[in-house]
Amino acid sequence: MRFEGSENYVATPDLMLAVNAAIRLQRPLLIKGEPGTGKTMLAEEVAAALGMPLLQWHIKSTTKAQQGLYEYDAVSRLRDSQLGDDRVKDISQYIVKGPLWQAFEADQPTVVLIDEIDKADIEFPNDLLRELDRMEFYVYETRELIKARHRPIVFITSNNEKELPDAFLRRCFFHYIKFPDRDTMQRIVDVHFPGIKQAMLKEALEVFFGLRDVPGLKKKPSTSELIDWLKLLVAEEIPVEALRSPDQKASIPPLHGALLKNEQDMHLFERLVFMAQRNR
Amino acid sequence: MLIDFFLHLKARKLPVSTKEFLTLLEALQSGLAGHSMEDFYFLARASLVKDESQFDRFDQAFGEYFKGLEAIPGLEVDLPEEWLKAMMQKHLSPEEKAKLEKLGWDKLMEEFKKRLQEQKGRHQGGSKWVGTGGTSPFGNNGFHPEGIRVGGESAGNRTAVKVWDQREYRNLDDSVELGTRNIKVALRRLRRFARQGAPDELDLDGTITATARNAGYLDLLMRPERHNAVKVLIFFDVGGSMDDHVKVCEELFSACRTEFKHMEYFYFHNCVYDQVWRDSHRRHSERTPTLDVIHKYGPEYKLIFVGDATMSPYEILQPNGSIEYSNTEAGAVWLRRLIDAYPATAWLNPEPERTWDYRQSIGIIRQIVGEHMFPLTLDGLTRAITHLSRKH
Repeated sequence: MRFEGSENYVATPDLMLAVNAAIRLQRPLLIKGEPGTGKTMLAEEVAAALGMPLLQWHIKSTTKAQQGLYEYDAVSRLRDSQLGDDRVKDISQYIVKGPLWQAFEADQPTVVLIDEIDKADIEFPNDLLRELDRMEFYVYETRELIKARHRPIVFITSNNEKELPDAFLRRCFFHYIKFPDRDTMQRIVDVHFPGIKQAMLKEALEVFFGLRDVPGLKKKPSTSELIDWLKLLVAEEIPVEALRSPDQKASIPPLHGALLKNEQDMHLFERLVFMAQRNR
Repeated sequence: MLIDFFLHLKARKLPVSTKEFLTLLEALQSGLAGHSMEDFYFLARASLVKDESQFDRFDQAFGEYFKGLEAIPGLEVDLPEEWLKAMMQKHLSPEEKAKLEKLGWDKLMEEFKKRLQEQKGRHQGGSKWVGTGGTSPFGNNGFHPEGIRVGGESAGNRTAVKVWDQREYRNLDDSVELGTRNIKVALRRLRRFARQGAPDELDLDGTITATARNAGYLDLLMRPERHNAVKVLIFFDVGGSMDDHVKVCEELFSACRTEFKHMEYFYFHNCVYDQVWRDSHRRHSERTPTLDVIHKYGPEYKLIFVGDATMSPYEILQPNGSIEYSNTEAGAVWLRRLIDAYPATAWLNPEPERTWDYRQSIGIIRQIVGEHMFPLTLDGLTRAITHLSRKH
């Protein structure tokens, strides 16, 4: 089992190596990186490329580690008991399986995505140490031990909002997706828009990287924003000439709202363009 | 096998553990890295380093250790990045400012020229400079010098330089960005929850008790959701030397705004006197007497000052010392008054901590606030919040 990138996803050699190490040694892979560099997409693409089902667990600030294993629906059981339902005698009827349980009992190896683990409470990763290490857990309500039949491939993404505990980090492989350079970006765009005109793409990338170099931007446009922007350009049939201008700095690129998402950034950029125009 | 390498990393202060090292060996044993040095580098990084801010340190240590194996021309020269940066960046960071003060301009310029000449020579030689320059912080920051092409998109030269030698992660090392999200995470520790408002949450314990009392028939109890009830009073220093720190203060301000429901803020200049203001545009017409602030907001408020505390000592200690108007009472008197009114007080200073000892006014203010001055970094903020959340 090796992951070599896919037709929808361009993987750099270091990313490929980290993914393959995680697959081979069956350890979780922790992925960090700027927003919009394809952290979540990676798990989807690996699952598709290896032909495994993908189980996603999206973390919110209120998510508890227990919810990934199972939940005991006490309220339903209480209601059933009031109504005299027969099911009430069997507690396992009220246990709702979480994504990790589903992955553990699957007939084939699965890919599990724990998305944005840093959103959860600070203790959250510590509560999953044993589950991710030994790939087993105990269900107190039914007194049974759930053990993984096949160790799932676990991807964990983080946006660095919270520091993760050391004990947790020690058990993972780590990869930081850095912002793609021009060549990689070209390959990424080729994957998404196979038919795009080379001239157009060249100009668009020029504008995009120029914009990323503008000093003082609060949120630099990322890969996913570039893809959205290109989509718009293609849909609106913007001619190549509109992107090309004798002086890059002195014109506002068409549909730039797709690239700059912050009001202050927009103002800053417009001001810079205005100043460049005046100085000409 | 590779134990020396592991110990070398340890000696370079990388937080590597035995477990991770064994993982690396296991990965090597299963043939993941093959025979490529680059693959080995990627593998070692993925299994040993768990924080991208450590990448640069790892790259250096890796380069040092394997230098003998991979003779790379140009490795012996350490890049004068700091100097170049100080020269080129219009907006100097506080760290660089301190460095500048120490070195002096003339020495700096001289050093820079020398290095630049050296660089030209190497550039023609076509070795390391170009590749390394391509990933230097200038390009990333966008402060690109027009005349001197140091950082360029010379992707063609990439193959000449080994990956770890490019040290692409250099600008991440230790430069903890105090983004709004990070601040919010730090501020979160100051939460004090209380239940107020409409009951819209199931009170499970209450329901169980009530149901038991009700002879087993379900009696649902609701209760209001928990909210952050902590109250914060912030005084921001604006204008003058604080202009350098506008960005970080803005970030702190907006983070506080969203995190705390009960937040009151006022502005002052250099030191607090008998008046503060809410709106900088109308600061001359609409001022709030500081005494009113003390009377209006009770002692349960947490008091935070944000300022560089950099001024002439007279402005703190002397009546009529203010540079704006004649104040009848000294700034120190007003500061003490505020601190007495609010037991939980902290002063956040955007100037780097190691410059504090060299400025007399900072020392005085530190004394007044009882040493509860913290740098406006993530670490300092965390310390300040810990101090504030203690029982006073």
